[in-house]
Amino acid sequence: MRGKIRVLVGKPGLDGHDRGAKVVAAALRDAGMEVIYTGLHQTCESIVEAAVQEDVQVIGLSVLSGAHMTIFPKVLKLLKAKKATDILVIGGGIIPIDDMKKLQRIGVRMLFGPGTPTSEIVDWIRSNTSEPKKPSRRAKRSVKKRVTKKRKK
Amino acid sequence: MERFRAVCMNDIKSLLKGDKRVIARIVSAVEDGKGEDLLESIFPHTGRSFHIGITGPPGAGKSTLVTSIAKRLLGCDKKVGIIAVDPSSPFSGGALLGDRIRMTDLALKDNIFIRSMASRGSMGGLAQATKDVALVLDAAGMDYVLIETIGVGQVELDIAQVCDTTIVVLVPESGDSIQAMKAGLLEIADIMVVNKGDREGSERLVSELKFAFEMREKEAGWDLPILKTTAIKDEGIEELVLALESHEKHLTKTGKLEQERKKKLLLRMHELIERRIRVHLQKKVIPENEIKQLMESMYKRQLNPYRVAKKIARRIIRGSR
Ligand SMILES: Nc1nc2c(ncn2[C@@H]2O[C@H](COP(=O)(O)OP(=O)(O)O)[C@@H](O)[C@H]2O)c(=O)[nH]1
Ligand SMILES: [Mg+2]
Repeated sequence: MRGKIRVLVGKPGLDGHDRGAKVVAAALRDAGMEVIYTGLHQTCESIVEAAVQEDVQVIGLSVLSGAHMTIFPKVLKLLKAKKATDILVIGGGIIPIDDMKKLQRIGVRMLFGPGTPTSEIVDWIRSNTSEPKKPSRRAKRSVKKRVTKKRKK
Repeated sequence: MERFRAVCMNDIKSLLKGDKRVIARIVSAVEDGKGEDLLESIFPHTGRSFHIGITGPPGAGKSTLVTSIAKRLLGCDKKVGIIAVDPSSPFSGGALLGDRIRMTDLALKDNIFIRSMASRGSMGGLAQATKDVALVLDAAGMDYVLIETIGVGQVELDIAQVCDTTIVVLVPESGDSIQAMKAGLLEIADIMVVNKGDREGSERLVSELKFAFEMREKEAGWDLPILKTTAIKDEGIEELVLALESHEKHLTKTGKLEQERKKKLLLRMHELIERRIRVHLQKKVIPENEIKQLMESMYKRQLNPYRVAKKIARRIIRGSR
């Protein structure tokens, strides 16, 4: 397991309200996470590039502009192109329930509606970053190794 | 942990080629204290990049300046790594790392790698792993590694120990030059920058600093530049980059670069020895109840802490042989 949970909090697109993003960023920090805050008006490209360089486990995007159906798919696509699909994408904002379902079907891991208590977001991140979701073959092998080691003790 | 190491060891070749995802992974391992094997294998590939430190009070414009400097260096076809350190909260252990906000237009360029680091309890303006992360970027082929300190306002001596050139940034708001002198900032500066040149008082601060330096003993062959910049307007950056270049030349020409790097390596080794000993101490060489007894006698003033420390230290040294 990784030492510290690192999360990128970003605000893609054109709307200029970053209060929600800032509140979430502060809550994650207070929960002991390292939060990379990239600020307003980010392109999807720069968010994904930053996530790769910062080696975060989670990207959290705040989208209030109504552009969620373009932004989230684009971020997922860019992550795939960088072979970085192990980075979990979550989001928040005003998103109609039908859109939420569609987005989760294509790989957005979690969407939080407005007014979600920050503790819920903290808990979700904690429980979803503790173990790699789909271990690669190599990872599986070493997990097994670890288990047998423990038993010997 | 094991998974990490296995992945990383196979990836040293990719690191040397500058694969950004691999660099990022290795940096994380090093940051989490799991990278010693890796560092051992990459060390032979380090020592090629030039390290520049930027220190100064919070809000002085360090991140903005770093961005401007990096842009110029990229323009000269150089590869640039940036490490930006921000404080961890001593209460939660978490951190809000915001230096990237100023670096948005840089992040997508090919020849750059930017990493935010939380200080994780370290006090000297850098994180404990910053030095090692700088080595990773060095091995990854960066021509320049720019390191931005936390900037708590006190002297952040660590930076001078990692970097070949140290830039100290002040702003008119950060108080007068006397304060800068008190804080010892002048001693570690190779280049002084007064940023926010568009603000009132910047000109005065420049002349005060110049005056303060007139009175100090000068380093042979290096006339400390005191420059005025307005980072948000990209003003004065040309001069700053020129100053960086001439300091680099000065260091190379006089042999100081090599000399200083040798000194730093020696210091680093001492640090690592200390760290090992500290880890060793935590392994409880002396039984707990024995320590308790000693403490009791000390509380009653029958024993003194100087004597007890000496005794315990001796035991530890003997015990480790
Ligand atoms: N007026 C003025 N503001 C500046 C200048 N350089 C940076 N700033 C602003 O100062 C604030 C802090 O800058 P930042 O680079 O984050 O400072 P740091 O904390 O030292 O890294 C930001 O709002 C910048 O836009 C300058 O030359 N003039
Ligand atoms: Mg900064």
